[in-house]
Amino acid sequence: MNPVATLTDLAAGLTAGDFSSVELIRYYLDRIERLDAHYNSFITVTGELALAQAAAADARLHAGNATPLTGLPIAHKDIFCTRGVRTTCGSRMLDNFIAPYDATAVASLATAGVVMLGKTNMDEFAMGSSCETSFYGPVHNPWDTSRVPGGSSGGSAAAVAAGLTPAATGTDTGGSIRQPAALTGICGLKPTYGAVSRYGMVAFASSLDQGGPMARSVADIALLFDAMAGFDAKDSTSAVRDAADLAAAQGAATSGQRLTIGLPKEYFGVLADTAFARVYDEARRTLEALGHRFVEVSLPHTPFAVPTYYVIASAEASTNLARYDGVRYGYRCAAPTGLTDLYERSRSEGFGREVKRRILTGTYALSVGYFDAYYLKAQRVRRLIRDDFTKAFETVDALLAPTAPGTAFPIGQISDPVEMYQQDVFTVPASLAGIPALAVPCGFHQGLPVGMQLMGAHFNEPRLLALGGAFQRATDWHLRTPNLPG
Amino acid sequence: MQWESVIGLEIHVQLATRSKIFSGATTAFGAAPNTQACGLDIALPGTLPVLNEAAVRMAVTFGVAIGADISARCVFDRKNYFYPDLPKGYQISQFERPIVGTGRIDLRLDDGATRTIRITRAHLEEDAGKSLHEDFAGMTGIDLNRAGMPLLEIVSEPDLHNAKEAAAYFRQMHTLVRYLGICDGNLNEGSMRCDANVSVRPIGTTTLGERTEIKNLNSFRFLERAIDYEIARQIEVLETGGRIRRETRLYDSDRDETRTMRTKELSDDYRYFPEPDLLPVVIDQEFIATVRSSLPELPHQKRTRYIGALGLSDYAATWLTDDPSVARFFEAVLAACGEAKLAANWVMGDWSAALNRSELHPDASTISAAQLGALIERVRAGTINGKIAKTLFESLWNAADPNRTVDDLIREQGLAQVADTGELAELIRRVIADNPEQAAQFRAGKEKVFGFFVGQIMKATQGRADPLHVNTLLREAFAAT
Repeated sequence: MNPVATLTDLAAGLTAGDFSSVELIRYYLDRIERLDAHYNSFITVTGELALAQAAAADARLHAGNATPLTGLPIAHKDIFCTRGVRTTCGSRMLDNFIAPYDATAVASLATAGVVMLGKTNMDEFAMGSSCETSFYGPVHNPWDTSRVPGGSSGGSAAAVAAGLTPAATGTDTGGSIRQPAALTGICGLKPTYGAVSRYGMVAFASSLDQGGPMARSVADIALLFDAMAGFDAKDSTSAVRDAADLAAAQGAATSGQRLTIGLPKEYFGVLADTAFARVYDEARRTLEALGHRFVEVSLPHTPFAVPTYYVIASAEASTNLARYDGVRYGYRCAAPTGLTDLYERSRSEGFGREVKRRILTGTYALSVGYFDAYYLKAQRVRRLIRDDFTKAFETVDALLAPTAPGTAFPIGQISDPVEMYQQDVFTVPASLAGIPALAVPCGFHQGLPVGMQLMGAHFNEPRLLALGGAFQRATDWHLRTPNLPG
Repeated sequence: MQWESVIGLEIHVQLATRSKIFSGATTAFGAAPNTQACGLDIALPGTLPVLNEAAVRMAVTFGVAIGADISARCVFDRKNYFYPDLPKGYQISQFERPIVGTGRIDLRLDDGATRTIRITRAHLEEDAGKSLHEDFAGMTGIDLNRAGMPLLEIVSEPDLHNAKEAAAYFRQMHTLVRYLGICDGNLNEGSMRCDANVSVRPIGTTTLGERTEIKNLNSFRFLERAIDYEIARQIEVLETGGRIRRETRLYDSDRDETRTMRTKELSDDYRYFPEPDLLPVVIDQEFIATVRSSLPELPHQKRTRYIGALGLSDYAATWLTDDPSVARFFEAVLAACGEAKLAANWVMGDWSAALNRSELHPDASTISAAQLGALIERVRAGTINGKIAKTLFESLWNAADPNRTVDDLIREQGLAQVADTGELAELIRRVIADNPEQAAQFRAGKEKVFGFFVGQIMKATQGRADPLHVNTLLREAFAAT
């Protein structure tokens, strides 16, 4: 078996009877057991459960009522609640937390017959761009284990890149799917806000959080997105899409269509390293050769995106994380002397530094006297950023941009939080605007993978997936693999 | 110096929805602690609120009933503070864009006049859980059954002038929400609670004095007494050269006084901001029109009708319309007997006394409106007299059997009045003949003895004769002899 096979390959193998789901799952469980010590990409491995699910999937395959995903493995970011399996969110605070329910995204995939291998490592409460803030230790990039895999869905990204799973779920609040995908040479989709239910996803910033798939190929991403997306009555911000909407989106994705693709000058203008920038020139030429046309566009409010994002995301996080108080579940300090002591020590000991920093930032931004200057102003700028995109999509069908400002950096290199936040400079605008963005590997720089980002108008995922798929049929960047041990 | 007091109330009405405002957990009262709290109510990670449509409809119903503006687009906000019985660390409420805007109610005063009380706003929010400080030896118990209960907070302008008015306003609101069917009105279960903002100022001045807020008043009497105490306290402080501090106070009903709960010199910072887990609620005119058209007859409309169309007294109309369950029972009795005044007398008299004696809610009456109506009808028709009717009422009340009819009882117990004039006339002749001495006294002008004869005849008929009829026949008999 090939550790870096795509879901599409594996599905063909299952259908042809080359191997059973149980054999497939054993294969990946064995790899995780032998190799994950190099990457630290899993927090929990659910071997027994996975084999039981695989056996059920095999029965479905035999009975002929399988879906295209039945029997295929997946790893879930440890931010998705999984019934009976602990959900830590990378935090000491939830080290002992076992949810009595599945997240809707998890349940949808399980219904399709996807088998869960385990739960992946992540930045604590999804706050980070390097997977260094996890209570369970940093994740190592398979391309160079001294480097970060990006974050916060770095465990999922590393696991896919290392061939420990063919696919994983991630969540993206300001780039947490796309940036690690880029840094590990895989694909990741941040769907339109509202496309994938947030129910059962531990909340970081409610108005920005979106779950999405991470996998080796855009074709796999499309398969998974199809299973994960859809209206969920349990999430009031979940989008209702009728058949006409879906047909229109599919129509816009007709292959062979010649698209006008925008290159936002505010993104490329800040790329310092010309050799790194040249990777995108090559990607552009590939797409031009496929018949697409490029024009430069301006998204003038881009420079304000990072501060805007950190005000809004931290403000929402500061109240979303108020529930972790040591009273009902999760970490509770030893022998509290009173209520205030219980609160102060449970939260001081249960949360890591970055989480505390954001809670403080967010609390400040919402406080009387500062609310207008920070939160309210950030909401206004958010609207301007969204308007930038709306205006751009009047003239272009999609946007192409870098996913991250550089390649994977060494673990421990960035210690200044504000410098770390700059990792998100190209990903937070789409998050603030709520538009879909697809990260696709598009080359290498100094031996490390580089990713590009395709952004589209709201609910234009089919077009982005068609474009990314066409790119991958013309290139093989996504099939390149790091040197994998054993 | 002469002082006047200025009072505004915030009334928390627990809406009578079947499930909580943002979760599917039941709202039934009285379950064992923490058995009616789902994942959202205990704030498990990943859970999300979903707005209960029934709560929105009830809030709009209230808004329409007080002639208020209904917000075309209202927004939920998070009110952030830490407390063990607030599981999420924030309460979902409405701050800047409440569902119900400015409205008004006409407050009926003691002298029968009315005065308009302006309603500032009413907004939807969730209740917190309960902290139980007793029974846990130095610890605090938390019951989250109440967490997430739907509340409508009704805020009045400071238009109330004294404790009596405040209590009347609370009482009138209590009647209104029960009429609208949006609250069960059970004060002892906490279905309506009230915070009173109280300040005093020298008569003739227009600026408001510093106010205090008395929290969590759950009875009309306590509200009145707490405000009276607080007004007196504030006047005393000011007259002795002191200053009123902005603070929250609690009323201690055992000692009949208010006490400082926390000072608000620095105002609380709840860090309100729009709840990102919920979308703004858009309410269109069509929805409002539907609610308006299904509005029930309101208390003041019913009162006016009872006085005008039914000819009841002001007192009776007010009494009968105070509680919608009572009004409903009265109207059913009226439908069965067709006699408004008789029905009113029975409902206000024997029926209400029986309810009180048995400590029953009007809806739990053991006699049905049909039974009572039939009973009244038999009295009106002269089949039984008033005294027997009272006995039969007790029988029906105690039997608690809606299938038992008045006519069955009359037949079984042979209680129909002796209506046969010939039979009665014969009896009267015999009684006069048997008591010649008294007959002579009566003829001699001793009118009092007439009562003796009536009593003898009623005794002989075991009360089954109509006393008026007996009177007539008796006088005829004396006149004839």
